[in-house]
Amino acid sequence: MKKIWNRIKGWLMRFFRYWDLLVLLVQRDIKLKYRRSFLGYLWSILTPLLSMAVMAIVFSKMFKRSITNYPLYLICGNILFSFMRDSTNQALNSVIGSSALLKKTYVPKYIFTLSKVTSCMVNFVLSLGALIIVMIATGEPFRWMNLMAIIPIVELYVFCVGLGLFLAAITVFFRDVKNIWSVVTLAWMYLTPIFYSLESFSEKGANGKYTVSTLGILERRLNPMYMYIQQFRYFIMQYHIDLVEAPWDVLMWRGALCAGLMLIVGLLTFNATKNKFILYI
Amino acid sequence: MEQTANRPKRAETVIRIRNASVRFNIAGEKVDNLKEYFVKLVKRELRFKEFYALRDVNLTIKKGESWALIGSNGAGKSTLLKLICGILTPYKGSVQVTGSIAPLIELGAGFDPNLTAKENIFINGAVLGHNRKFMREQYEKIVDFAELWDFMDLPIKNYSSGMRARLGFAIATVVDPDILIVDEVLAVGDAAFQKKCRARIRELLDHGTTLLFVSHSKAPVMELCEHAVWLDHGEIKKIGATKHVYWAYEHEQEESAVSIGARQRS
Repeated sequence: MKKIWNRIKGWLMRFFRYWDLLVLLVQRDIKLKYRRSFLGYLWSILTPLLSMAVMAIVFSKMFKRSITNYPLYLICGNILFSFMRDSTNQALNSVIGSSALLKKTYVPKYIFTLSKVTSCMVNFVLSLGALIIVMIATGEPFRWMNLMAIIPIVELYVFCVGLGLFLAAITVFFRDVKNIWSVVTLAWMYLTPIFYSLESFSEKGANGKYTVSTLGILERRLNPMYMYIQQFRYFIMQYHIDLVEAPWDVLMWRGALCAGLMLIVGLLTFNATKNKFILYI
Repeated sequence: MEQTANRPKRAETVIRIRNASVRFNIAGEKVDNLKEYFVKLVKRELRFKEFYALRDVNLTIKKGESWALIGSNGAGKSTLLKLICGILTPYKGSVQVTGSIAPLIELGAGFDPNLTAKENIFINGAVLGHNRKFMREQYEKIVDFAELWDFMDLPIKNYSSGMRARLGFAIATVVDPDILIVDEVLAVGDAAFQKKCRARIRELLDHGTTLLFVSHSKAPVMELCEHAVWLDHGEIKKIGATKHVYWAYEHEQEESAVSIGARQRS
């Protein structure tokens, strides 16, 4: 017991020793992202707005009737999913990208992965500006409940840290993960109700309730992105039509469980392989 | 390997290496994609050639000592330094290091080319474990030592290798580290700066810093180091006072040069 405590203590001490490095690396990523660009940080708001506009135009004919406040529905799903995609894609390169430093000095390697996911998180927080603009433009009222949206955001952050650590570790050994992952995220995007709703595919019964197919249930229970996005929508736009299978608090627990499991898987993979990184980077 | 922040007292052992071996698996061909990995796994061709970069190295270094690592290219000098820094872990044996390490292996390796020198100073300081407040206090001192006042807002990508080396040296030696590791880096600066660096290293040695020095030129080794380790093919060939070890090393180098020359003539 004491041994375990000492290990945790040593780990925490090292973490705080390098806390400033983490902060500086996050600052670096944000600074470099928009250096020499004319609109700078404004792009963090403009990009999600513009991509929402494109998707709204493309898909409005198909899904507009079945979904209330389609633009807001779209942007909620889009910014959360983009965060996952961007953070995991950057995390994947985090260890091999810092090879120059890792070959020369001792630095805890997870710092680089953590900093990438965190800088994407900062970018995500900026993109919430776009969300607020859409809420005002579409006349969606602001509620106290909107603040609850922090829960799925934190869950998603933890989930992405775990996934990022896992991907960063295996990419060191197999560079093809990079290519595979871009296909996986594409498939994942289509599997997640971002521009459609699952209800578009299920029938409304005579009693006014939706019958949910087995496939629908699987999708809802196994796709973590569904849990985070749907919770987020519930808190932002009271979108509960899709919550027939599970109320938001069930989604919240499931989301937390997924995030926790992913973090454990990520940490274990990373920890088991980190001493061999140096031979492959 | 654990690094503790408390500074050791004089004559304390700061580095203790016991029977350390470092083994690399060199694949016949480099397998870093999944398809080849599985193909080879199925065909049972996933054999590795073992290669010992270091074999049964024993070394005890006390506080305040200055050590030179000498040997031909590929003898394992850098591997030994990496082992001490904690970048590599030994395959067998143990490495114990007490105190803070300032590695100068290739100065400024951690610099981000797109950031300005000023931003890089803070990141590099953080890599060495200094916090931001401390770095703000030391910033002037670093720039003064590097003599690069006019270039602080320039991105590092526009720096010459000599300027980078100046900055890297200035950051690494801003505090007295417990252990300073210098790996063939002083060669890039101009003569005046090299002199300044050697003076600073001597000053650090007077303050009780332990020095590990790798160089292929004789003069700085003789000037700075009391002890020397001669590595050859991953094993310690000779260990002792610099004068004796270097003499033996030089002697053998001359001999091998002569024998190569003789072979070429015949």
